[in-house]
Amino acid sequence: MLAMDYRGPKRVRAVQKPMPEIRHPQDAIVRVLRACICGSDLHLYNGNVPDTRVGSTFGHEFVGEIVDIGADVTKVKVGDRVIVPFNIACGECHFCRQEMYGNCQESNTESGAIGGIYGYSHTAGGFNGGQAEYARVPYANVGPVIIPADMDLDDAVMLTDVIPTGYQGAEMAGIQTGDTVVVFGAGPIGIVAARCAWLFGAGRVIIIDKEDYRLDFARNYSYCEAYNFQEIGDPVVFIKKITDWMGADCVIDAVGAEAEGNTLQTITGRKLLQQAGSATALHWAINAVKKGGVVSIVGVYGPTDNLIPIGNAMNKGLTLRGNQTSVKRLLPRLIEHVQNGVLDPKALITHRLPLEEVADGYRMFSNKLDNCIKTVLMPPTANQ
Amino acid sequence: MKDNAINTPIDPKTIKGWGIDADPKNDPTYPMRKRMNAGEDPTPKRRPDNLQPVNVEVLKSIERPKVSAVFGTPAPPSGLSGMIRRQAFKYSENQYKHWLPLIVADRVNVVEGVVTDLFQGKLPNIWAEKGYGMEWKHNRTAFVTKMATIGAVTAGLVVWLSSGKKKKKSEFKAKDYLSRF
Repeated sequence: MLAMDYRGPKRVRAVQKPMPEIRHPQDAIVRVLRACICGSDLHLYNGNVPDTRVGSTFGHEFVGEIVDIGADVTKVKVGDRVIVPFNIACGECHFCRQEMYGNCQESNTESGAIGGIYGYSHTAGGFNGGQAEYARVPYANVGPVIIPADMDLDDAVMLTDVIPTGYQGAEMAGIQTGDTVVVFGAGPIGIVAARCAWLFGAGRVIIIDKEDYRLDFARNYSYCEAYNFQEIGDPVVFIKKITDWMGADCVIDAVGAEAEGNTLQTITGRKLLQQAGSATALHWAINAVKKGGVVSIVGVYGPTDNLIPIGNAMNKGLTLRGNQTSVKRLLPRLIEHVQNGVLDPKALITHRLPLEEVADGYRMFSNKLDNCIKTVLMPPTANQ
Repeated sequence: MKDNAINTPIDPKTIKGWGIDADPKNDPTYPMRKRMNAGEDPTPKRRPDNLQPVNVEVLKSIERPKVSAVFGTPAPPSGLSGMIRRQAFKYSENQYKHWLPLIVADRVNVVEGVVTDLFQGKLPNIWAEKGYGMEWKHNRTAFVTKMATIGAVTAGLVVWLSSGKKKKKSEFKAKDYLSRF
């Protein structure tokens, strides 16, 4: 089968690889119908996640059709078309039973901090991902959700990560009616977080980024104010000014390790890898939120350390919340939102490339070429 | 671990005032709505019925007791990078001795990947693998400028370094210590 193949920082290709096999009675094999490149894939692509092995296949956002199942699989059958949440979750451990499907204890041997994630390095379990024609899906009784008959596959693939993560970013911000919410990062997750902030009753939503085309997109898609941090001076002072010098009630970090805007953070975090990525957005979030406010972190950082003003967080009495998204928990509600027209996931898709051109897709998304917001990869078998 | 002998567990309910100000609504872990602690969980160590057979090498974090019920099998540790990874997994995720060797192993693994390609008679197509075609199509001026700058800096460094060697050699020849006396 054709699959994406990681060769080193900023080097990927599509090659023929062996078909995935059933290795556990709850496994299923899925024929991939759509796969996306996620912003967090760029951390792998740039070589910033430890234990990313050459020969790995990335891709944690994919939907597909089940073509084979293990002996114990009862909840889905061959022929079902399914949304595959990006987290691999057993559904039985202490954490899964609290609906913390992003924190499963039985899907990752190689780290105590993170559950298994498809195609996200051996630090996240060493599973191959869905940027391929076929993928192994463990715990098929737990993760996959059957795609409703009336749902577009493009909408479905956005429900594997980007929509739930943006939604959970807003949910974790603890937004109260009328709150001012600031979102750092107008990538796909930030755009969705800004849109979802309204669902929780926000009174004002502001998004900050440096790419004008993304800010324009956010203004239209998320109905929010959008500002370019290269044009507003110090973004923290700017936010204080426009909030009567109070700061925002809630701030969402939807950037993570690839942040720009602070030379020290960029050099130490992204170039020299002396931090677990550049923590510029988190730094701004802590300083821009009001005293007693909430900072919600959905931007992904590496597993080591970051320079952030933790003293200010303590002095301001902040609540910091973050987690990998519990996609399975959120899917019923989000499917409802899509079916009722409250959310329009596929409007985020700006590019569609054949899997054979995966290297071009990564380059385009990474360097924000051709006004790229979200790229979908189409495996050759997707149209069979 | 020997100090554990003096750390006798205590039943918190025996402590005067335990729980008198407990307020279940004051839960900072929202939106975790099904929160329970290990004591409330009747089977906190419950595992799936079936465990994936361990028939490839899996490196296990020392922060967990057993191999997880499922795990990824692609790219098991091998070669020099594998040796470095095995050493890294002797330390917990709390230590740089775990993460920094893994980053080094990743870079070694890249070289191993190129060598493997060459042994298989495959010359890596760097232009295609790096997606430079997209840069050429959508960002040509900046891309050409960047490449030209990298090329010029590299050429300059090569010229500078090679001229330095010649200079040193000629300086060395100019000093004829034997004939001075």
